[in-house]
Amino acid sequence: MSWALWGIVVLRVVLVFVLLLGATIINVWAERKILADMQSRIGPNRAGPWGILQTVADGLKLFFKESVTPKKVELGMYMLAPFLAVIPAFLIFMMVPFGAPFTIGGEEVVLQGADLNVGLLFILAMSSMAVYAVVLAGWSSGSKYPLIGGVRATAQAISYEAAMGMAMVAVVMFTATQGEGGTLSLAEIVARQDGTWFGIVPRWNLIPQVVAFVIFMIAIVAETNRAPFDLVEAEQELVGGFHTEYSGMRFAMFFLAEYVNIFSMSAIAATLFLGGWNGPTWEGTVPAFVSAILPTVWFLVKTYAVIFVFFWIRATLPRLRYDQLMTLGWKRLIPAALTWIMVSSIAIGVRQFGVPWG
Amino acid sequence: MGLITELLKGLRVTGRTMIRTITGRERYTTEYPYQMREKPQRFHGRHVLNRYPDGMEKCIGCELCAGACPADCIYVRGRENDPDDPTSPGERYGYVYEINMLRCIFCGLCVEACPTEAITMTHLFEMSTTNRQDAIYTRDQLLMRPDGSVPHMFPDDELADEKDLLTADGWVRATAPSGIAAYEGVQMWQGTPGPASWDPEPSQDERDRRSGTDGG
Repeated sequence: MSWALWGIVVLRVVLVFVLLLGATIINVWAERKILADMQSRIGPNRAGPWGILQTVADGLKLFFKESVTPKKVELGMYMLAPFLAVIPAFLIFMMVPFGAPFTIGGEEVVLQGADLNVGLLFILAMSSMAVYAVVLAGWSSGSKYPLIGGVRATAQAISYEAAMGMAMVAVVMFTATQGEGGTLSLAEIVARQDGTWFGIVPRWNLIPQVVAFVIFMIAIVAETNRAPFDLVEAEQELVGGFHTEYSGMRFAMFFLAEYVNIFSMSAIAATLFLGGWNGPTWEGTVPAFVSAILPTVWFLVKTYAVIFVFFWIRATLPRLRYDQLMTLGWKRLIPAALTWIMVSSIAIGVRQFGVPWG
Repeated sequence: MGLITELLKGLRVTGRTMIRTITGRERYTTEYPYQMREKPQRFHGRHVLNRYPDGMEKCIGCELCAGACPADCIYVRGRENDPDDPTSPGERYGYVYEINMLRCIFCGLCVEACPTEAITMTHLFEMSTTNRQDAIYTRDQLLMRPDGSVPHMFPDDELADEKDLLTADGWVRATAPSGIAAYEGVQMWQGTPGPASWDPEPSQDERDRRSGTDGG
């Protein structure tokens, strides 16, 4: 491998890292601002113009605060858990292509952390890993509330990961009909959503797979432990849930992981269902650098549209009771996902092989 | 499906609120240090000791305010006026006058008890201090200056509301005696020096008309 190639790989990873950190700063601020608007408030407006530096100020404050270690913790796990939360969160986004590939000096650069051919499986694996962080944090804190939070996290993750995985299955099955053979690579899934149907409707998976999209959206809200599925941290019942005993930088890492997860999961939703970075680039009519940057802009627009829905739902819905959460997961979402897989595969089969009696 | 329609209903409410907030139709926050609310005319703020327009003090050191005070936060000592250079028109004047603002409950009974309208309440409410001693307002801080303005604890602070400092005597001026309708719009108040001259309190009907409510 040449040095240039190495440089490009390192640059890509650093780019993803910076993108995620920058997005987190914006997201925390945007969430507070949007929530404030939805509740007829003003929101943070002290730090920087429109309070945009609020997250930086909060981060700095947490950075300089003492990281208290309670006496009863299991020290090793207690120290490890924040890292276990952050690392999968960042790794998930490595799979997401966030711009069109372009060529520099004869080398093709893909705007993606890494293009694994098992990208989707890797995402599922990493989002399961993130649950370990919550469970271990809850257990190792040696305190009741975090433990309850951790136990809830396990059950919740199992129920909703199944629905999420099955929604992905429907997409993968559909994608297989859109090109040569099936694929789990996100770059390939995005490439197959290029173009339009009938000249106007974009070839997004959203349109044929709208049920899968709804199931996937509900599942990722639960997967990232966001309201109305934030039983894991449930401030009113569990103080702070799994991060009750964490403070300072270690708490900040959980916080960071949560927001990176939101961004990553929204990016994945945009990639799987909304066509990723696909979009009009108007090549030739606008300056070259604008068309080069437009795919990334489209990607960010779509991602933020999904993130906005996250915030919107948080502002709207109260937290589910625990049995309601389980009912929704096992009795509604999983049957719905299974049914949709059946419907979807029958439709695909009929389109490929014709009706059996025909 | 009921689940989804209910969700959409809820989203509609928050979405509409957001648009109304952004466009300013539903933004209720008063950004306090920069925007001041118009206070009600009968607002019970910190006290002030008034003077007559010629500069004489109204307080005659009778201690009725101290007697009326349910929180026992007023301490008054009267002293005989010097016949050649009287401080107040009466026999005596209040030469020690202290109010402990930490005990005061701002009920206004002292104002009602005062026979000469010497003690009244201003619209000032920013009174936080960093130690208990500063919360005991002495005669120097309570007594109106000869020009009619009220001494403020933090005159250089941006919270010092100049307008409220000049209109020292809030609610006595606003009160029609015993609520008798015949006194509506009548100024029953003996004046003070300076620019502090308010119109008499408008009648209840007038106020309802202005605020656009039915009085509820």
